[in-house]
Amino acid sequence: MAEILVLVDHVDGAVRKPTLELLTLARRLGEPSAVFLGPGADRATEVLGRYGARKIHVVDAPEVDEYLVTPVVDALTQLAERTGPAAILLPSGPDGKEIAARVALRLGSGLITDAVDVTAGPGGPVTEQSAFAATYQVTAHVTQGVPVITVKPNATAPEAAPAEPVTEKQDVTFGPPSQAVRVLSRTPRERGDRPELAEADIVVSGGRGVNGAENFALIERVADALGAAVGASRAAVDAGWYPHSHQVGQTGTQVSPQLYLAAGISGAIQHRAGMQTSKTIVAVNKDADAPIFELADHGVVGDLFAVLPQLADEIERRRS
Amino acid sequence: MKIVVCVKHVPDATADRTFTEDGTTDRTSVDSLLSELDEYAVEQALRLAESDADAEISYLTVGPDDARDALRKALAMGGDSAIHVSDEGIEGSDAFGTSLVLARAIERHGFDLVLCGMASTDGTMGVLPALLAERLGVPAVTHLEDLEIEDGTVTGRREGDSATVRIQGALPAVVSVTDRSGDARYPSFKGIMAAKKKPVETLGLAELGIEAAQVGAAGARSAVDTATRRPPRTKGEIVADEGTGGIALAAFLTVKKFI
Ligand SMILES: Cc1cc2nc3c(=O)[nH]c(=O)nc-3n(C[C@H](O)[C@H](O)[C@H](O)COP(=O)(O)OP(=O)(O)OC[C@H]3O[C@@H](n4cnc5c(N)ncnc54)[C@H](O)[C@@H]3O)c2cc1C
Ligand SMILES: Nc1ncnc2c1ncn2[C@@H]1O[C@H](COP(=O)(O)O)[C@@H](O)[C@H]1O
Repeated sequence: MAEILVLVDHVDGAVRKPTLELLTLARRLGEPSAVFLGPGADRATEVLGRYGARKIHVVDAPEVDEYLVTPVVDALTQLAERTGPAAILLPSGPDGKEIAARVALRLGSGLITDAVDVTAGPGGPVTEQSAFAATYQVTAHVTQGVPVITVKPNATAPEAAPAEPVTEKQDVTFGPPSQAVRVLSRTPRERGDRPELAEADIVVSGGRGVNGAENFALIERVADALGAAVGASRAAVDAGWYPHSHQVGQTGTQVSPQLYLAAGISGAIQHRAGMQTSKTIVAVNKDADAPIFELADHGVVGDLFAVLPQLADEIERRRS
Repeated sequence: MKIVVCVKHVPDATADRTFTEDGTTDRTSVDSLLSELDEYAVEQALRLAESDADAEISYLTVGPDDARDALRKALAMGGDSAIHVSDEGIEGSDAFGTSLVLARAIERHGFDLVLCGMASTDGTMGVLPALLAERLGVPAVTHLEDLEIEDGTVTGRREGDSATVRIQGALPAVVSVTDRSGDARYPSFKGIMAAKKKPVETLGLAELGIEAAQVGAAGARSAVDTATRRPPRTKGEIVADEGTGGIALAAFLTVKKFI
């Protein structure tokens, strides 16, 4: 069976959950080979093996952290030429998508971005994507070269399939510095006690109706009662009430959790683009005509400052 | 400084967009307009020109005849001229085809800086700027939330996959900006009138030295198999809060096994 290259998303060797999802999907297509760039590979070996990586290609070069995107493109392209994979899978996100596009261009391959599912078809991988603010479902396949596919978080549940991975150190030559973009400083996204937005099973979001940064404590209280991640509408983020990394929507994070709770959010098309594939949607809004209710499996027309504290109390009461 | 801003004419994102039978975007059933996310790129170009008397701004679009409207809208906001690449052979292009056409047009015009939006609101791939940089052999300083140009370099903040980074590249470069880079201005009446007199050059594939087989559906490297409308979500139970709305919601969440 041919190798499937999976680009590992990690912070100093701590592997992020979407990579485990990619390894799970890769097993449907062939034999997963993890591509680990930067330092810390030894810390990742166990978990990559547990999720089915047969090989780990390691490129431990300082360029990977010193420059944006292009060192990874150089490494992945050269590895693909060396190993002749049947597909290359990467995490969706600004970095993953740009890497994928440039690798595909260099390899003469087709590209599919933001897949929410990948299955084996007769002529190679078949992908599923959402389109037009998630009102459409599209299936597609690559018709030229090695399929390069970026996959959104939560596309599948990671499933363990233990393997004993072989680690192969790989040498790579990096492209001309004139085309490089230097990383002057790097602030890793804070990993709080709550689940990551894109990966969470439950998301509790607040919008303009929350009316102030200090009131987001209420959203957090409900989130913590449910073990959820906190999201926000662009209006709340633009007002400076919550960090942009929590924005849900077209230009924020696109989430697809089991449960999405929207409080004080009207449900504009750009917000819906980032949440309407959630399995269950509930909403609290004082305006009965708010478009968010069109999507809601259960809605409460009311003041979030009355409904949410009561909800949090009741969850705690039912839990104890 | 020679600035080229890439702008796309897209179906209105707030309307009910559909696919045609062959899986391409239906451009006839809804109005199209300048992609909202590209207005941020136009805005940044205009701001740069405000502090650089030698700046010259040209807009570039690849698209059918009516894509010209997007150029007019951008010209009404400000800037000097525009290039419209239109050719039947381009129809059905994927990101590789479109990026080839854009790159050839940019090379032909000359550039110090190419400015793009973070993503088109219809395709939403967000890869064109990176592909342009790859083809042009220049740095891709992309996804910027702010940008500064000084001593021949571009510097800015980017929210990446797992970290926020400050990045820097040398000009000439391709830059893309997000919707956090600064609100776009509205065209003034004077601007709208002035735009009518600004030159718009129209080019085809032949002028760019591109073979039909390299672009369009013929050159595409992926294919859509099916495009189906998701069943609309069925509206659930909406209750008015009469003092027990939170308890009712908790009861619903319990039935659904979230509690
Ligand atoms: C190019 C572009 C990209 C965009 N990208 C995004 C994106 O990624 N994500 C995003 O969210 N938006 C995005 N937007 C913005 C979007 O169009 C909306 O403006 C935004 O989603 C509105 O946020 P909101 O629902 O919080 O605010 P509003 O629309 O103002 O709604 C607030 C709601 O709160 C309710 N409310 C007020 N007080 C209370 C109370 N006490 N109790 C209960 N309910 C209350 C009101 O009834 C109202 O329905 C984008 C826009 C553009 C043009
Ligand atoms: N057909 C086009 N004509 C001009 N610019 C485009 C076109 N398609 C994409 N772009 C530019 O590339 C950016 C990213 O587009 P995309 O990769 O399609 O999401 C857009 O914001 C535009 O600046």
